[in-house]
Amino acid sequence: MLADDLRGMVYIALKDLKAYYFKAPNISWGILFPFAFILAFAIRNPGDLRALVPGLLGLTVLFGTSSMEAIVIVFERRIGSLERLLLAPVRLPALLAGKLLGGMTFGLTVTLVVLVVSLAIFGSSGTNWLILFLALLLSATAFSAMGAFVSVAVKEVFEAQTLANFIRFPMMFLGGVFVPLASMPGWLQAFARLFPLTYSVEALRVALFGGSWATAALDLGALAVFSLVLFALAVYTLARRIE
Amino acid sequence: MIEAIQVQGLTKVFTTAKDRPPLRAVDGIDFTVHEGEVFGFLGPNGAGKTSTIRMLTGLSQPTAGTARLLGLDLDKELPRIKKRIGVVPEASNLYDELTAFDNLVFAMQLYGVPRAERKARAESLLERFRLSEKRDAPFAKLSRGMKRALTIAAALAHRPPLVFLDEPTTGLDVMSARNLRQMIATLRDEGVTVFLTTHYLEEAERLCDRVAIIVKGRIVALDTVAGLRSGAKRKTSVEMTLEGADGQSEKKRLECDDGVESAVQRLLSENNGRRVLAVDTLRPSLEDVFVQLTGLNAEVMLSEKSGKGGGNAGG
Repeated sequence: MLADDLRGMVYIALKDLKAYYFKAPNISWGILFPFAFILAFAIRNPGDLRALVPGLLGLTVLFGTSSMEAIVIVFERRIGSLERLLLAPVRLPALLAGKLLGGMTFGLTVTLVVLVVSLAIFGSSGTNWLILFLALLLSATAFSAMGAFVSVAVKEVFEAQTLANFIRFPMMFLGGVFVPLASMPGWLQAFARLFPLTYSVEALRVALFGGSWATAALDLGALAVFSLVLFALAVYTLARRIE
Repeated sequence: MIEAIQVQGLTKVFTTAKDRPPLRAVDGIDFTVHEGEVFGFLGPNGAGKTSTIRMLTGLSQPTAGTARLLGLDLDKELPRIKKRIGVVPEASNLYDELTAFDNLVFAMQLYGVPRAERKARAESLLERFRLSEKRDAPFAKLSRGMKRALTIAAALAHRPPLVFLDEPTTGLDVMSARNLRQMIATLRDEGVTVFLTTHYLEEAERLCDRVAIIVKGRIVALDTVAGLRSGAKRKTSVEMTLEGADGQSEKKRLECDDGVESAVQRLLSENNGRRVLAVDTLRPSLEDVFVQLTGLNAEVMLSEKSGKGGGNAGG
């Protein structure tokens, strides 16, 4: 049964990547959108551009993983093709894990492009590759799980897009991408700690510019908890919706 | 011998709005489907056909009752059952973005068909369903009949011994519907058990070995088509077309109380001297039985579905 689940998970991810993700508009949107935000901010506040790289990477993972993930399941439910997966010998958590894997793979691929360009421009000295790898992987998992939860929580594609943006945009402005968390008032800092992007950007900052291992471990732990909780919520919600 | 499907007391109750009583979509049904037969499940809209299929295929949890498919307990062995059944839902639901070939390969990947067999099996299915020319066309670009055929092909890709077909010919043109019926007959010849829901009574009459009629969640009749026909109140009758005095034809009908031959002789003697243009024997049809049992007009059942397309049982 586990073999069926693992096989189903991989093929569902590959099918999603082929059918939905690796299309020219998605790839260009996944890369250009975060660049455009960062560029607009840099033009308005010229300074140390290198300091913006963790935020740029965080945003790219966020939008790369969650944009399509947030609509794929609701779209498939709408046209009836989700039923094909539910009829297959694959258990519900494995089915959703396949969906997550597709979103993660796409998000990490576009992020890799942005990472290579950033390191080529600003250099890679002082980078902690292990923390960088874990931060990107766990960020992709948490954002993909968030997208999956949004997708199963609504009935229509437009509702999924609205809800996803309702969550992502506050997160983008409060998550330490443009403004360091430390410069925010205490209550706003506490509020920002409710969002996974905050931990993602902080961990990426430690990975690229150095910092304490304790901070990185806390951030990575928080991202792991977000991943598990959001994934469990997505499985629970989808199970209830099907019945 | 292991039965393909054994159902006992299967019940599905849906909770509705607070001020309304729960809806008993399926109300304690019992039936058995023998291995290798085409079993028809007939009933008007909302009778409980799709609810029954959804429970038997694991898409919905029964409220009560038990079911065994291919000897396996639905409640305890669902993953094993899923590997051995194929399901064709009422709507063709493959992936628009994937080609016909890729859709079949994906279906096989999900069910664990070995990699070495997938390509040959997909090509063979495309050929069998006359879709070879559309091998690399996206599903979205296929005609309605082709989409239906490919959806059935995908359900057969892992070679299941038991197939559920939910209204397979709804919305198809005459030729496509005829081709699909031929495919269903071929499946039976190959020993595949087919559980078929349809609202085309002629289709059920032509394809099914046995038929169950479900009304308001309860099975009101279950027998072979011949058995159901013999229970019809309307008897076999003879219809004689005679030449009228004004050159117009006139039809006379008589029930065969003492056999066809005596009815013909009676009609001839009653219309002595008139020219006989044609003689037809009218046997009670499944439609007569259906109308008798459900109190519904079969035409009503067809018109309920006609919004989904112009499928035609003829042909």
